[in-house]
Amino acid sequence: MVAATENKKQKVIDAVIIRFVGDSGDGMQLTGTQFSDTSAMFGNDVSTFPNYPAEIRAPQGSLYGVSGFQVHIGSVEINTPGDDVDLLVAMNPAGLKTNLHALKPGHTVIVDTDSFTKKNLEKALYETNPLEDGSLENYRVIEVGMTTLTKEALKDLKGLDNKAITRSKNMFALGMVYWMYGRSREHTIDFFNKKFKKKPQIIEANTKVLNAGFYFAETLELIPNAYSIAPAKMEPGTYRIIMGNQATAWGFLAAAEKSGLELFLGSYPITPASNILHELVKHKHFGVKTLQAEDEIAGISSAIGASFAGDLAITTTSGPGLALKAEALGLAMMIELPLVIVDVQRGGPSTGLPTKTEQSDLLQAMYGRNGESPIIVIAASTPANCFNYAYEAAKLTIEHMTPVLLLTDGYIANGSAPWKIKSVSQMPEIKNHIIKKATDTWHPYDRDNDTLARNWAIPGTPDLEHRVGGLEKDRVSGNVSYVPENHEYMTKIRAEKVKRVQNYIPEIVPEFADEGDLLVVGWGGTYGSLHSAVKELHEDGYDNIGFAHFNYINPLPKNTSEVLRKFKKIIVCELNSGQFVKVLKINCSEFDFLQFNKIQGLPFPNNELVEKFKSLVQ
Amino acid sequence: MEAAVKEYTYKDFTSDQEVRWCPGCDDYVILRSMQKALPEMGVKKEDVVFISGIGCSSRFPYYMDTYGMHSIHGRAPAIATGVKLTNPDLSVWVITGDGDSMAIGGNHFIHVLRRNIDLNIVLFNNEIYGLTKGQFSPTSLVGQKTKSSPYGNTQPPFLAGELAIGAQARFFGRISGNTPKEMTQMFIDAEKFKGTSLIEVLQNCPIFNDGAYSKYTDKAVREDRMLFVEHGKPMIFGKERNKGLVLNGLKLEVATLGENGITEADILVHDAKEKDPTLHQMLVRLEYPMVTGIIRAFDDVTLEEREDALTAQVKSDSSYKKTDDLFFSGDIYNVF
Repeated sequence: MVAATENKKQKVIDAVIIRFVGDSGDGMQLTGTQFSDTSAMFGNDVSTFPNYPAEIRAPQGSLYGVSGFQVHIGSVEINTPGDDVDLLVAMNPAGLKTNLHALKPGHTVIVDTDSFTKKNLEKALYETNPLEDGSLENYRVIEVGMTTLTKEALKDLKGLDNKAITRSKNMFALGMVYWMYGRSREHTIDFFNKKFKKKPQIIEANTKVLNAGFYFAETLELIPNAYSIAPAKMEPGTYRIIMGNQATAWGFLAAAEKSGLELFLGSYPITPASNILHELVKHKHFGVKTLQAEDEIAGISSAIGASFAGDLAITTTSGPGLALKAEALGLAMMIELPLVIVDVQRGGPSTGLPTKTEQSDLLQAMYGRNGESPIIVIAASTPANCFNYAYEAAKLTIEHMTPVLLLTDGYIANGSAPWKIKSVSQMPEIKNHIIKKATDTWHPYDRDNDTLARNWAIPGTPDLEHRVGGLEKDRVSGNVSYVPENHEYMTKIRAEKVKRVQNYIPEIVPEFADEGDLLVVGWGGTYGSLHSAVKELHEDGYDNIGFAHFNYINPLPKNTSEVLRKFKKIIVCELNSGQFVKVLKINCSEFDFLQFNKIQGLPFPNNELVEKFKSLVQ
Repeated sequence: MEAAVKEYTYKDFTSDQEVRWCPGCDDYVILRSMQKALPEMGVKKEDVVFISGIGCSSRFPYYMDTYGMHSIHGRAPAIATGVKLTNPDLSVWVITGDGDSMAIGGNHFIHVLRRNIDLNIVLFNNEIYGLTKGQFSPTSLVGQKTKSSPYGNTQPPFLAGELAIGAQARFFGRISGNTPKEMTQMFIDAEKFKGTSLIEVLQNCPIFNDGAYSKYTDKAVREDRMLFVEHGKPMIFGKERNKGLVLNGLKLEVATLGENGITEADILVHDAKEKDPTLHQMLVRLEYPMVTGIIRAFDDVTLEEREDALTAQVKSDSSYKKTDDLFFSGDIYNVF
């Protein structure tokens, strides 16, 4: 690409963390996305984290209306969006106030000085102007009158109103950052051309402002050096940047195609799961059926109906919705039909922290139903592998004829990262239990000897008419049965069916060390944080620390105890007050488990993990 | 397709399960009427699906030798919606009661009607909770004494038809639980109607609410107290066939033929197919006579027709045939 030659004075670094912050109307999500996409296409490894308020348009300039987008790019493997940042771009005083604490001392902050008006300073609760009172003396401050310069760049463009002009100032900031990191403007200009196809004036305005920012940075004495980050060493292949929720949706598309079933989604809007619905509703060309239902219960109920009628049926939600779906989930388990429930976890309990992340629905997923009603529970651990685990959830539910609950969380669902694109032809086969023809001895609850899956007789098939329901079933005929021994038998067989899934899932393989003094254990969306922390220690010579991260929760991988036994200490790290550790204690009772828990709606801070693990091996 | 349908009798739709309703319950009448109606519908047995919720009525699918699901309380309309969207060729029936549909399942009930998906709902309205042994329901009358209202019910009731038409029901029929012949025909008409059909059966519960409808439905008074409406026919009732409905201002009134110069020409002719539900609502609300028959049957586009058209359009406009076409499109890049 041309970018590398555009800037001659580059300093080479491995990775950089940049945070763009501004008012929720300042276009920070777009700015951040453009920077990360451009970097990914340049060949960097990338991880992003949007952080925005629950309010759609909070009062302008207010502290709680600040919207941020953090991006971590590198020539090395990147597993998280990172903690403290190397560069902060603050479009207003509120953004500066709420994010300055995350800027590493001595590092750079770029501010739009035009927004540091008396009114905006008051709204951000600044008593004095931080640009003047010396409070930024530990940082390198680049003061740019971005609004003025944007207006100047567009002064010859006729017919643009003031609002449209000021709205494009985010592109001035982006242009500056592009120059600083030797990035090409090409991708973003292509983006303008596609996005504003019918508004050539907007294309021109944005392109002009982006270029103005770029050249401003180039000529400005205030930016003494710039940084170069070489492409990362990544596995060869074709990539794209993908968000977790999009990857989840696409995993189901792939599973439907592979299994030859049509995909049905019954769902009700809920943060942070809604964009799985938004994604799937676009894909009617693949025959995807979606129903935006009247409530969460109708979402899962319609999916149960679709499954009964022969579709690959899914429902998507977050914690409060999962609570509402519990009874219907029990029905799906009782009638032993395929169904995937996706819970994109958020901070709880009750309405909790809708836009923040947490891992606190694990026990609800495991046990949140009446009666003894075990289901398969799995968890994705990165934005990109949401694809794999959505696919896996569909495969397991079809092959084992029992519901699968897929846990993701707000952090990986909204985060994005490079995804090495998987073609459906590379994905494992999915076998179903559909029965097409009745034999004389056929019964709806006839089971596969290995998996114990019952057969799937679909309405429309002659001679297989049968009834299912929530009442206890006779073990053979499937008719209603109140026989005491039969109930015990059926309760056990439903549990055994889930247990036997162990024979079909991969064993757990610890990273960094197979044995040693400390095993770091995690599950789900914390993979990136935990992996980075252990990796850092490993690079510092701590070869006695291993890392085991779980994607299969119920059942656990067969060799779980075997792996745990090889370490002197085990610490289970979770974004809750200790839920997976309870699952481990039940299943692997011979071990003592230490815990590391955070319940602040945010990912683990790297330094805290590193310090904690160090303290346990010294 | 109809040519391929076998000749069935009611026995083909009767399962091997022992029917367990109380002796004398109207549910038996509904069951047999359905078993007799199905052979007349021109549908294949394997294409028939009954979905029920919870309650006495909801045991119904177990007694039908078709596909069926006895699901959870109130959710049958949502489950049936999923079945029908998945396979629009199926004949899908929802079996529900007054508590199941209008209390715990009220939300699904109104939304299924609003969407107008082509399925049939049979609502067994006995104005009481039977399976839980006698609590008042959302259709119980004010003052009614039940297990949970020993001093009289203080909650005013829903009228099923009024609620349903308010929720945009395109087809609403009401039928007395002791008129199997008319009920059988109404089931056939409901199946033939394209869109959501709702049939309210005035079903007597002999144990917890015996005689709830007897002032209308007893054989001795039936003809004088009830009006069975038919599309295109004047709304005349009475043993002597001499009473009829006329409109006086914004109110329906009963007029007597031959009195005050009233002739058959003055009697309102029933138009079930009228889009405007005003008169249908007035018929539903009438206390004398109690109106039965198909009160409303307005033809409209169904949800699945809209969905099918949209899907066909998107498919023909799209260049994506396989997921690979999508996955490898747009902003992709190669690492070597």
